[in-house]
Parts: sequence; C-alpha cells; structure tokens
Amino acid sequence: MLAESEPIQWPLMSLAIKASRASFPHRHLLGIEGLSAAEIVTLLDLAEDAAKLGRQIDKKRDDLRGRTLINLFFEASTRTQSSFELAGKRLGADVMNMSIPSSSVQKGETLIDTAVTLNSMRPDLLVVRHHSAGAVELLSQKVDCSVINAGDGSHEHPTQALLDALTIRRRKGRIEGLIVAICGDILHSRVARSNILLLNTLGARVRVIAPSTLLAAGIERLGVEVFTSMWEGLVDADIVMMLRLQKERMTSSLIPSQREYFHFFGLDYDKLARAKPDALVMHPGPMNRGVEIDSNVADDQRSVIREQVEMGVAVRIAVLQALAHHLPNR
Amino acid sequence: MTTMQPLAQDQRASSRPIALVNARLIDPFSGLDQMGGVLIVDGSIADLGPHITEGSVGDVDIGDCAGCVLAPGLIDMLVSAGEPGHEHRETLATASRAAAAGGVTTIICGPNTDPVIDDVALVDFILRRARDTALVNVHPMAAMTKGLLGEEMSEIGLLHDAGAIAFANGKSSVANARVMRNVLAYAKDFGALIVHHLEDASLSKDAVMNEGEVATRLGLRGVTTAAETIVLERDIRLVELTGGRYHASQISCRESLDVIREAKVQGLPVTCGVSINHLTLNENDIGPYRTFFKMNPPLRTEDDRRAMIEGVASGDIDVIVSAHDPRGAEGKRRPFAEAADGVVGLETLLAAALRLYHNGEVELHQLLQAMTANPARLLGLASGQLTKGAPADLMVIDLTVPWSVEPEQLRSKSKNTPFDGARFEGRTLLTLVAGRLVYNYADQPTP
Repeated sequence: MLAESEPIQWPLMSLAIKASRASFPHRHLLGIEGLSAAEIVTLLDLAEDAAKLGRQIDKKRDDLRGRTLINLFFEASTRTQSSFELAGKRLGADVMNMSIPSSSVQKGETLIDTAVTLNSMRPDLLVVRHHSAGAVELLSQKVDCSVINAGDGSHEHPTQALLDALTIRRRKGRIEGLIVAICGDILHSRVARSNILLLNTLGARVRVIAPSTLLAAGIERLGVEVFTSMWEGLVDADIVMMLRLQKERMTSSLIPSQREYFHFFGLDYDKLARAKPDALVMHPGPMNRGVEIDSNVADDQRSVIREQVEMGVAVRIAVLQALAHHLPNR
Repeated sequence: MTTMQPLAQDQRASSRPIALVNARLIDPFSGLDQMGGVLIVDGSIADLGPHITEGSVGDVDIGDCAGCVLAPGLIDMLVSAGEPGHEHRETLATASRAAAAGGVTTIICGPNTDPVIDDVALVDFILRRARDTALVNVHPMAAMTKGLLGEEMSEIGLLHDAGAIAFANGKSSVANARVMRNVLAYAKDFGALIVHHLEDASLSKDAVMNEGEVATRLGLRGVTTAAETIVLERDIRLVELTGGRYHASQISCRESLDVIREAKVQGLPVTCGVSINHLTLNENDIGPYRTFFKMNPPLRTEDDRRAMIEGVASGDIDVIVSAHDPRGAEGKRRPFAEAADGVVGLETLLAAALRLYHNGEVELHQLLQAMTANPARLLGLASGQLTKGAPADLMVIDLTVPWSVEPEQLRSKSKNTPFDGARFEGRTLLTLVAGRLVYNYADQPTP
C-alpha cells in the first residue's frame, strides 16, 4: 500500500500549475465541461493543500469569513452535503443546510421561486443538487451569488470528478496515460459524465463498461472505449471506478436481476484480476455491497474508497477558495 | 423594402369589388407565375391574369402590389389555439391575428383542448367562436377516440357532419392496433381524413429530446426515432388493410421519410406533414437547456433535418405545418426535463419556410404548395389556389425584405418562439380572407 501521508510530486504537471494558480476565471462551477486542463489542475493543487490542512490539528482558515454558504439540496445526500458543510465551516463561512425533498417541490416553478427567495437573503455561495439535468445552470441565471453544482440529474457532478482525480493523482502521481475503466450504470450517471470529461481533458484513456441497456446513446462520441464485458474491459486497467446501481433499474427491465448483474458486472476478485496488479478500486458511494461490488473487494487494500471521502472535503474547500476570488463586494 | 399602396382602412369591411394589381401572381397548384392582377368580387376570385390592371377594372378599389408576390394564403394544418381551456396561452382571436400577420388564412385546430373536442357541441363551439372572434378561417379537427384516450372510437360520423374537418388524437398515438384499424375503416365510410401523431409511448417514456450524443452530453433522456417509425409502419399496414385515408401529422426523421416513400410507391392513401421547426432547426439548437427548443416530436439531428428538406423538395412530404403551440412562462421557465413541449409558429411559418427557398433547397412553387394546395386537397377546401371562383384567401408577400424576430412584437399571447432574434428574408405585406383585408403591414406601428 502506498503511503498516504505525503503527496507524490508530479513534475510534468507542475509546469502548467504555477502559472495558472491564481486564475480560476469562473464565477460558478456548473460542470467539468468548459474547464481547461490548467483550470482543473489549479483546483487539484488547491485541494492538495487543503488535504494537508485537513490532517492538521487546527483545520480552520478564514478565506470565507463573514460569507454565507447555503447548501440547497433537492435530492437526498449524505457525503456531498456534509463535506460541503465541513468545507464551508473550515473556511470560516456561515453554512446553512436546506433540504427540499422533491415530493414537496412544485417542480421547476418552485425552483426559480426558491432561487429568487434565497437570493434575497444575499448568500455568497449556493451549493445545489437537483434531480433535473440543467436545473443548477437555470438557477445560476437567477441569482447574484456563485453557484456550485453538487449534482444535476444525469448531467454532471463536477466535485465528485475532481475528488476522484485528486485521489488518483495522489496514488499514481499522474493522470495522463492511465487506463481508467468506469463500470456500471453509465446511462443514468452524472458521476460518469463528469469523470469522462475530466479524465479525457487530463489525458487519461477512459473506458466505460456496462450492459448495452445501461450505456448512453452516442457515448463513444465522448471519447471513450466502450465495453459490454468486464473481463475484456478491465484488462490492464490502472483504475477501476465502480458506479452505484439504483434498485429501480431492475424493475424497469434494464437488467434482469441483481444476481445476474453481479455475475456479469459486479466487481469481484476474479474480474479485478484482469486489471493491473496495482489497480485502484474506486466507488463514489453509497455502495451496494454484493450488487456492484463484492464486500471484500470494497475493503481490499487496493480500494481507495475511504480516501475518496477525505479528498471530497479537500476538493470542496479548493472549489470554495477558487470561487471566493470572484465573489461580489470584493 | 418594396413600397406598396395599402388599401384604405374603410375598405376592410367593404363589399365593393377589389382589384389587386401589379403583382407577381404565383399559383403553386397550376404553376402560374406571371405579372398581373386579381379581381375580387363578393369574397371570391372573379378574375385574374395579366389583363387585370388599374386601367382595366373600372370602378373598384385598387391595391397596387408594386411587383410583390400575390399567392394563395397559407393553410396551417396543425395549430393549438388554446381555446377552450387554455385561454391564458392563446385564444382563437389571438391565434388568428398571429395567423393573419403570417399570411395564414386558414388554421386547423387540434382536438387536444380542455375539454377535448370529441363531442358535436364542441365542434359547434369552435366554429361559432371562430365566426365571432377570428380573423381567419378556422376548422376544428375532432378527436378520433373519446377523450383522446385511444380506447373508444368517437362519434366520427356525427362530428364529421357537424364540421370536423379531420380526426386526430392530439399529441398521442392510438396504441391499440385494433382501435386504430377500426377508426381507419369507419372513417373511410365518411371520407374522413385521419391525422395521426406518431409516438410509441412506451419507447418515449420519460424522454425529453432526441436520443443520441447531444442528449447524452446534456444528461437528458432521449427518445429513439424508432418510436416514431414503428407507429408509422404499423399504421401503414392498417391503411393497407382498411383503405382509410391517412395523414401522418408530423414526421421528423429520415427513416420515417423512407417509410412514407415506400407507402406512396405502393399507391396507398398515405400523406404526411413536417413542422417548420424540423426543417429549420436541429437538436444542437437546444444548447444549454433552452426550453424554447423543446417540442414533440423532438428536434432531431442535422441529417434528419436534411432529409426533411429533401422530402419537401421531392414532394414526398406533402404538408408543412407551424405546429403552433403557445406556452406561457410557467410552462417554459423550468428545468428542461420538466418544461412544457411546444413552440409558437404561426407568424414565423412563412418567413422561416422562405429560408429553404433562399438557400436554393426547395423551389418556391413546391414550398408554397406544401402550405396551400396540398393541405387544401387533403382537407377538401376550395382555397389554396389562385383560380377563378376560389375564395379570395390571399397573401401579398415581399420575398426578400430582411427582418428579425422580436418576441414581444408577436401577436400570439405566448411568446415561446425558437426564432427569438432570428433573421429572416421575406414577410407578409397583406393578408385577405374572403376578400377582406385582415392584415396590412403598412398599418402596423413601427417598432
């Protein structure tokens, strides 16, 4: 197992980094799409520092002192919401959590009304998760503050892709040239989309592995190699990234049963043996043990799932810091 | 822009004969294209040709067209007028004003109102409301199944006799093949036209745009073109079986065009339409979740759009419709997946269609035929032609004047146009319905 304490140096990347460090020229973070490699690296470097901060006794900074961050979650979340909350608090912001279950939402009308209402409270940062693709972008057009997409439908989940990239970079020292296999429900996954965009931008070789019913149409046009067999798709992979399978996929005749899915697409030691010996196993959580991943594999030393959660806080601190430069009244 | 002498205000309601002279007469049906004039008496075309000049017609009201095109007014086979039930979006009065401004002299309203037009009294209601409030001709289509539910046949015979010009099932396909078979067979006894929306609901469930790379990038659920073509192919087998007259309301993809072509080669009584949107826009226009480009059938790929243009140019696609569907901000200012389908189009139909002419993609007669003579033939209307005895439903258009669309200027109550800011060449100058002037560009307040 690689040491977790010190980040590995990555000389190739560091050239681009320093020049762009101060420059993250976006007011919102709505997706990975539209970010340049240099901007992504900027965020990863900031997050690297934040990861060190997170291991200190005193974890507090004052980048966002006096600022208000609102977590606006139209969809349930544990780790994303709590890590944004922690990130905001470590940077000194006042953090308010608003969970609006979709049952009580009169769909989009309320979305814009909610946005306008919240905007009147003059927050500085809004972290938004919504069940509808494009909803966060729509909301960003109606408010004056910076908006961070914490997941919009099947579209994007940029901070997840950033934390995945950070985890990979810390363990492997690079992203460029790595073979990354993203496995599972590609069709419905915003995590897959953001990761495909980010990993391609940083020069990884991305594969997607799923049954044809869970592959999105035209996915190959996003610059990925498509496999419908884990045994083939995992060959020589450096990174095995598993996706969560929602239970309702079984009832909508996308796949026949849990046991058949696990047989063909669940990550067990047999399938993992096709990947490189030092391959990393990742999962955005929450896991369905025994559905998409064997319980022992999830807890194996090659699994970096817990480190992903730690990097989640670091990446969210980094994103908040980067956007803090563009806050109004500055 | 060409200047022209407008008719005086008081001539709108005049029963005096009118002569429109110095015009380029275009009759898409006969192929006529020559300079001349039209003499209108008692709301009908009494005479036309090069011999109708200011000097030849005697004591009548004269409109000098200054060399502009004079053609039959457009017939739009797919309009949602909002009435009854959605008067906050549109009424027959406002839709007819939009139509008049776009050179559309006849609109065919769908049965998907609230309540649904599946009863004789509602056909009568539409006809009376139109008579009392509308500037242009309005003909309702009635529901082919009760409540548009696709389960029980509506009173096709009685509705037909009451004035239902055709039978449709709103924005849903009749999924039950037995019901569809019976509707086609029964309607045939009345010579009634069946106008069908093409969408396999099980395939299109939860879909909000065309399936493919663009939908995948946006994270939106897409619908395959097969959802359209499957229904079309089934329907054509049923037409073969029953001999019923069948019109596919809108096709939107190349595969459907191939199916239509094959049915026509077979000699089946099958025709089809396409919306102006599918001739001028594609799925890429959705860009960052623009809900004003959300419609059903959805905008397809550029290759499909090219196919639709080829279909119009070859005559395999018979009709171009606006698919006018007014939606308020409450329906459109939402996340894309939750937003309402539909766009307005009556006022921009002609100008958008002229893009195909200016691009050299469709010949002018062919283009206008798809909005005049062809729908008239399908619906059994006497209009849509420049011929003696036909109703004087006419438009005078300047083919080349440039303008750009400002949504606030649109006459429709709802402003959900996908052509916001679009630059067009060519516009309507005059619109006459039964010889009565219902739109005069020269009278409009200058923006």
